[in-house]
Formats: sequence, structure tokens, C-alpha cells
Amino acid sequence: MSAPTLAVFKLASCDGCQLTLLDCEDELLALAGGVRIAHFLEASSAVEPGPYDLTLVEGSITTPEDAERIRAIRAASRHLVTIGACATAGGIQALRNFADVDEFRRVVYAHPEYISTLATSTPVSAHVDVDFELRGCPIDRRQLLEVITAFLAGRKPDVPNHSVCFECKQRGTVCVTVAHGTPCLGPVTQAGCGALCPAYRRGCFGCFGPSGSVNLPALIPLLRRDGLDEDAVERFLHTFNAAAFDEELRSS
Amino acid sequence: MTHRGSRVLHVSSLSRVEGEGALRLRVEGRTVTEAHLEIYEPPRFFEAFLRGRSYTEPPDITARVCGICPVAYQMSACAAIEDACGVSVDPVIRDLRRLLYCGEWIESQALHIYLLHAPDFLGRASAIELARTHRAEVERGLRLKKAGNSLMEVLGGRAIHPVNVRLGGFHRAPARGELRSLSEELKRALDDAWATVRWVAGFEFPDAHTDAVLLALASPDTYAIESGTPTLLRADGTCGSFPVRDFTERVRESHVPHSTALHSRLDGHLHLTGSLARFAVGGRRLSPVAVQAAIEAGLGDPREGAVCRNPYRSILVRAVEIVYAVGEALRIVEAYEPPERSFVEVPPLAGIGHGATEAPRGILYHRYELAPDGTVTDALLVPPTAQNQGAIEHDLLRLTQRALTDHDPGDEELTALCERAIRNHDPCISCSTHFLDLTVVRTPGGSHA
Repeated sequence: MSAPTLAVFKLASCDGCQLTLLDCEDELLALAGGVRIAHFLEASSAVEPGPYDLTLVEGSITTPEDAERIRAIRAASRHLVTIGACATAGGIQALRNFADVDEFRRVVYAHPEYISTLATSTPVSAHVDVDFELRGCPIDRRQLLEVITAFLAGRKPDVPNHSVCFECKQRGTVCVTVAHGTPCLGPVTQAGCGALCPAYRRGCFGCFGPSGSVNLPALIPLLRRDGLDEDAVERFLHTFNAAAFDEELRSS
Repeated sequence: MTHRGSRVLHVSSLSRVEGEGALRLRVEGRTVTEAHLEIYEPPRFFEAFLRGRSYTEPPDITARVCGICPVAYQMSACAAIEDACGVSVDPVIRDLRRLLYCGEWIESQALHIYLLHAPDFLGRASAIELARTHRAEVERGLRLKKAGNSLMEVLGGRAIHPVNVRLGGFHRAPARGELRSLSEELKRALDDAWATVRWVAGFEFPDAHTDAVLLALASPDTYAIESGTPTLLRADGTCGSFPVRDFTERVRESHVPHSTALHSRLDGHLHLTGSLARFAVGGRRLSPVAVQAAIEAGLGDPREGAVCRNPYRSILVRAVEIVYAVGEALRIVEAYEPPERSFVEVPPLAGIGHGATEAPRGILYHRYELAPDGTVTDALLVPPTAQNQGAIEHDLLRLTQRALTDHDPGDEELTALCERAIRNHDPCISCSTHFLDLTVVRTPGGSHA
């Protein structure tokens, strides 16, 4: 039996999530021994056509061409897993969803007429069926390895959807909100990073997006108490998972 | 006489670069009349949505322009905003910033050498394929890359989009023991870096020469990384420099139809930033061990003005820069005493600030305009690849023309030639885009002897 095939594709993004795969320095060669890397432009110029057993997609849909492309990628993939905040929530570029994209175009480009773009940045799941979404800006290396091995073994990935607060407790980090009055999105953000920011004495800024069971309206008065005015609260929620937090607010 | 009818060649996606781009070659008979590196990364509009954000936010936000060099974005953002606010940081914090940046240099240059570039010299499609015949070398490259990442993880929290950087310094200064714990890995990395220099020195390098103006930051006492004065070396050997605040007066950007990355010219001329430029402009300030590495790599003695203008040999300079960065990291780690405060206060001030630092791929310039309360009213980011794009196109034009004059290669050979030439420059297209489709448009031209 031949090895299962792995493909990696990129849409609008920073490359960081697929770099996470190359950052698995200790596991990369072993992984490459267990799968056939059939399409991974960042790493290899050997490219095979689909179908692929497991496809990882980084980046969000921001152009009409990519909206087409993701359908072709889906059709060529047995399992499609999206990786990172761009692919799972539209990413930082989803800030355009709350603004006038024509104005953005004029601000950045001397010749806005050369630029083709959609008015929104949307997650891959808004366009095609997705088998699993791995969150994070960037994704966590250990979670990525768990997801790849789970799919190759035909089991469900063991990726928790509780909040960052659990990880602070596990790590023994003193709560920055309780102890220092530091605004922190930890209570409403999905775990996965290992509660990094509080360990570095800052508040969580929501890289992994809203967790499974959040109470965002309950957190906002706490953020106000800790010194954020209305605009600052909005900016705090409007970073790398702006569209996901916004949806959470509207649905709560 | 050989000429071909009009035809179009599509080669899907340039590989082993950061990002996607396309290349369009127009060939008339045996004359290349146009070489366009088309960057059509979907626009992400960073400069637009930075307006209205607080001045404390660009270091975290702009990191997301590029997952390959997030520290460069964080450092240029801090430099520019601190400049606007009239704040300079303490020497300990400056050292810690340099240390974090060394981590990024080690990781990024090792990635480029081993995973993106070396397979070209050894006729392989990837490092994974290369590992079948050169297992020990690829393992060494991954180990070296990991040493850079370890440094970023300890000091920055994680290797991609570190969380510990803030205006004025760091959220938390590492304890002495935390940094010291890296010493052993860095000492091993120094051996691996030397082995890398010797390995790449044995590669075969085609002849090539760039006439572009070389532009890099220069510092009086050290090889510039996190600060310096933009300094240039022209093809005729003359030099010049200008203050960072004049960057956009000298490096002019224009928008061309075939690219979402803006094109730029230095005083109207093509210019190149990155390893070749840094070595040419600042090579004499390399550490003794790195100077020795440069000599051993066959680059000549930078103290005597050695300059390398062959883009294929940039892999040698990158290897030397890893030796330098590992040495710097060890020096800083071993001398480190935690500061009393991990950052200096940066009160907001209305004004315009400029910052430039040396990303692994070249100068990254940021400019911010702030309102009195610190709100960003305007932002400008000039990444290295946008600056290098013109020089890369010129390189491609010359190389393909030479090949066509010599022996009229087929499309497959032209594609391989172009991809390889582009990888020499290590373009980080995600600053701007992704995708290299090669299109060759051939039309019958005049007869050739």
C-alpha cells in the first residue's frame, strides 16, 4: 500500500501556519517518511495532481479567483483541514468586513483599478465543507502534529475547545486580570497556545478565536473596569479573529 | 536560424519561495523583450486598517504581514513609533532586541539555505528528497533552524508571531537562567554554522553579476541588524548614505499593473537589499569569527572591501551571517544581566516616526504618523521584496537573454533557470503575495545568425 498523500495550499495569509509544519524540526523527516508530500510549494518543487488524502489549507478567501480555487482544492481532497485564524475566521484581513474596501484600496494603492479583491475576507468553511478547523494565529505546532496524525490514523483529533484560563491554571500562571487588573481575553479565547501571553505578563489578545462556550457580554464590563474605553474594547476584539468575535457578540 | 512561433508557457506556481508569484517572459525570436515578476498576493490592506489603531498595536499587528520574519516587522514598528515619540531604549533592552532578531536570522537563513536553496545546487526537488542522499546535512540544517527557533521561543514566547515584544522593550525580561539555558544549543549551533559554511562553499556557482545599487543599514561599530543608517554602494564603487527619515525621498515606490507589490527605485536606479548588500556595506564590521568564515567560504576578506555581486553566491553570505548571528547570540546570552524594568515608558506624542531594520531578506522600513493621543493616522510599510523586485526582474532578463543567445533553451529549461535565479534572492512574496506561474510569450522575431 502506498503512503497517504499530503497537500498544503495557501490563500491570503502570512505563510506562518504552513511554516509551522517546517518548524517541526524534530518530526519533519519522520513525517515525510510516513506520507507522500504531493503538493507543498513552500517546501518542494515536485508537484503531483490530486486527489490528496489530507489537504491543509492556510489563508482566507479574499478574491474571486481564490473562491474558485478552493472549490477545486476541495474536489481534489479526501479530507480538508483548515489551519490558522485566516482560514478558520478570515484573519486580520477580515477587518475590511467592517470598512469600505474601496477606500482601503485607495489608501494603499496609487492605482486602485489594478487591484482585484472581494469586499470581505471569509473563512474557507464559508465556501466549501471543511473536515476540521485548527485555530490559531499562528497555529500551535503540537496541535498540528496531533491533527495530522489523527487524520492519518482515521481518528478524531484530540484538540480541546475550552478557554485559555484552563491553560493558565495548568501552567500555574497567576491570573493577570485578578492580580494586576490587566485586560485579558483568556476567558473567552480557545486554548491551544499554552496560555503564552499571561505567562509573559500580558493579557491574552485572542489569537485562537472564541472558545466553545463563551460569555462575551459578561467579560466586556470587566475589560471596561480594567481601563479600556468603548473604542479600545472594540479594537481588542478586532484583531486576528475579528469576524469570529464579532459573530459571537451578535449571537449572544 | 532558430525561431519558434508565438506560444505561451504556463508553469504553475514557483516553489520553494515564501509566497506565490508569476513570471511573464516575452520572447521575440531569440530576444527577451520583457521579464515581469508578477506578484499577485491577494491584497491584505495592512496600511489601511492600521489607521485608527492605537500606537501600541502595530508591533503585534504588522507581525502578521509575514510569518517568516515577524520579528523584523515588530522591530521596525517599535523603532518607528519610538522615533515619533522621542524615546530611546536602554542598552540592555537593545541587546535583548538584537538577541531576538538573531533568533529570526538563524531560523530564516537556515530555512533558506537548507530547505529552499540548497536543493537547487544538488538537483533535488526538496530538502525531504535531499535527505535521502544527504541525511546528515539536512538534519544539521534542521538542528540549526531549531536553535534559532528556541531563542525566539524563550525570549519571544513563540517562534512565529512572538508575543513578548512591546513598545519600549519587552512585556517580561527573561531571567538570567532562562537565557543561559540556551548556551549549549547555541554552541552546538556554532559548529553547525561552520559546517554549513564549508558545505555550501563546495557548491558549484554559475557566473552571474548584478549591477544594482546595494542598499543596507550600516552601524559604526557593528554589523547592522536592529538599527543603522541606510548606506549604499553603487556598481562603480562609490558610496553614499542618508538618514532613515529620508527613506521615501530616496526609495520611490510606484504601482505597476502586473503586481500587487509596489515597485521601488533608489534615486531612480534599480537596487538590491539583503545579504549581498549587507555584506558589501557592513562586511568589515563582522566579528573576527565571521570574517574568518567569509574567507573560508571564498568570499574574500571583507575587511579589505570584499564584495560579492553574484546572486547565486548569496547562499555563502547567508551561511556567514548565521555564523555571525549565532556568535552574537552567544555573546549577548553570556553577558546578560536582567534589567530592573523590561521596558521604558513610551508616552504618546503627535508626530511622524521612521524606523528601518535588517530583516533577513533586507531593509524593512516603517513610517507612522501619530495624533496627540497616540492614534495612528497614517502608516507606510516598505518590505524588502518590493524593493528587490526590479533588480530580480533585471537579473531574469539578463539570464534568459544569455541562455537564448547561447543555445535557445526550451520552455522547461527557461523555467528552471528563472526559478533558480529567483530563489537566489530569497524573495518573501507573502509580504506582497504568492504564486509563480511562468508565462513565456514567444513571437517570431528577426533572424539570428
